[in-house]
Formats: sequence, structure tokens, C-alpha cells
Amino acid sequence: MRPFEQIVAEYGPMVLRVCRAVLGPDEAEDAWSETFLAALKAYPELSGDANVEAWLVTIAHRKAIDATRSAARRPLAAGSLPERPARTGRPEDWDGDLWAALAALPAKQRAAVAYHYLAGLPYAQIAQITGGSTDAARRAAADGIKTLRIAYPARAEEEEGASR
Amino acid sequence: MTSIEPEPRQLLGPLLEGDEQATARLHARLAATAAAEGILDVAYRVLDTPVGSLLLAATARGLVRVAYPRQGHEAALVQLAQTVSPRILAAPERLDAVALQLEEYFSRRRTVFDVPVDLRLASGFRRQVLAHLPHIPYGATESYAQVAAAAGSGRAVRAAGTACAVNPVPIVVPCHRVVRSDGSYGGYAGGPEAKRALLALEAAA
Repeated sequence: MRPFEQIVAEYGPMVLRVCRAVLGPDEAEDAWSETFLAALKAYPELSGDANVEAWLVTIAHRKAIDATRSAARRPLAAGSLPERPARTGRPEDWDGDLWAALAALPAKQRAAVAYHYLAGLPYAQIAQITGGSTDAARRAAADGIKTLRIAYPARAEEEEGASR
Repeated sequence: MTSIEPEPRQLLGPLLEGDEQATARLHARLAATAAAEGILDVAYRVLDTPVGSLLLAATARGLVRVAYPRQGHEAALVQLAQTVSPRILAAPERLDAVALQLEEYFSRRRTVFDVPVDLRLASGFRRQVLAHLPHIPYGATESYAQVAAAAGSGRAVRAAGTACAVNPVPIVVPCHRVVRSDGSYGGYAGGPEAKRALLALEAAA
């Protein structure tokens, strides 16, 4: 069994991306911390051939559900999306427009987009984590990307402009 | 890994940028919380010294491993994961005292280490040998035969040599003070140059 430090080094950035996409910049770091603390606790019992990415995303998924529930119990914080983006150039102030677009997606679509495109999990694995069928997970990701493309066209245009 | 189509990847671009600051901050927070909750079984750090960069690892009981570069820091961590616990994180705080004392030792301001040591990686006769080693005074040496006798088995000279060679906490448990009866240095986990350097350091004090 590998030292847990290697798990944090290898998968920590991926889990942070997933938490940011699913929960937004404010809640992401608490969810990351709770995910890795729970993972560290359970790590000695993890089987040697386990898929570590899927295991971590499964824990992060549960933590995200907990965070969403407790946010719903805080009426003032609930639904408060970031103001217009503050693009300071620091990665931790990642694009507010993108988060606003992600936050507007149904939770299942947001999760499917994050787990497939940021964690690299296959749809069958995502279906096991979020419930529902593999096809439903694939559709959720496709629908999510379609909506994002409309709600958040800025980035793609910038890239096109740069390559012209 | 599933291959990721380029276009959605571009769409999520801002999320894919690396964020080393956040990662480092979160790592430190994880280590602190894990230690506070009692689930950080092994904490480690690396310390640069005149005999090379040393891996220092500690359990809740004390210093459990000091590894020289030639022994392989990664190999030492993998061994700790197998023999102690895989709940291992880079977490320097638990090693603060030993790191400070090592710095004092290398600048000749310390002759005796005063930190808790966890000898769980050694057992039986090897452990008895390690228990004796701190009684060899700073700047002095003993032969493998003397150490074997002091550890309770005068005929186990070869076993005493092995115990020194596989000492999990060199320098702090001073196996470098054990030399051959003819006065030559004998082997050392950190290599002959490191042993010579440590004995020279102590002789000059």
C-alpha cells in the first residue's frame, strides 16, 4: 500500500477541481479537506486493486451533498452566487462566470460534467456514484456541456480569437 | 483515464489550471487536522545536513526512521507504509524538535539527543543493541565485540554488526560510534564517508 502522501500529491489537484466545479470556490476547500480526512481514515482498509480516483470522487460526492444540505439550512448563504468575476490572475480566483454557469446547472448535470471531464471517470463509474443508469450519466454530462456552451461562451471565443 | 474531448476541456479551462498555492495550503491543513484527530500515524520531513538530506519520520511515540539518500527516501516511506501504517503525510511539525537537535549536533552545539525514539522497526537482539548505543559517549567508539557483549551476547559479534547496519534511526541512535576491533571504520548505512564525517565531527569537538 502506497504512503497516503502519494495519494494526496497525485489526486489532490483533481479533487480540488471537482469540488470547485460542484460546490464553487467558497465551499470547495472545506469539502476537499473533509474528503481527504475521511479518505485518510479509511485508507488502511482500501483494497489494493481499488480505483483510487473513483474512491475519492465517491467520498467527495458525499461531502458535496452534505455541504449543499448545510448550505440550504443557512438561508442567507444559500443561492448567493459570486458577483461579476474578479479576474486577478490568481488561480484561486478562478473564473466567476464559469462558476455562475456551472451553478445554474441541475446538480446531476454539474456532477456528471465534473466527474467525467475533470476527474476522467467513465460514465458507468459516474452512474454508480450518482445513481441512475450509465446512459443517464452520459446524457447529463452532454446536456450540461451544451448548456455551458451557451451560458459561458466567453472562453471559447477568446481561444478562437487568439488562434486567428 | 478516459480521453477528454478538447472542446469541453477548453470550456472548463479555468478549472484545469494548476493551483499550487491552494494545494499546499490544503495539504498543511489536512496534516494539522489529521494530527489533531490522532489519525496521522507517520509524519515526515526532509532535513538537509552536511551528510546529505535526511528523511526524518515519527509516529506518535517518537522518531521511528532516519534515512540517508543512498537508502532511498521513497523506499523508506514505502517500508513504513508496509510495517507501521500507510497513513503517512509530509508534516514537519512533529519533527521540529529532532530537526533542531540535529542542526545543533552538526554545528557542535549538542552531544546528546533528547527526543523520544520509537524502536518498533527493530526487535529482539537488534533492539538490545540499539538500546545500548546511546551509552557510547559522544566522541568515543566501541568495537562490534564490545557492543555485542554490552547487549548481552558476547559471541554475537556478527549480529551486532547487522543490528548497527539496519539501525532504523542512525545518528540519533549513534551506530556510527561502533567500529572494527582493528580501528577501521566498518560499514555504515549512510556510507563510509558519512561515518567518517560524523566521527571527525565528534573528534573535533
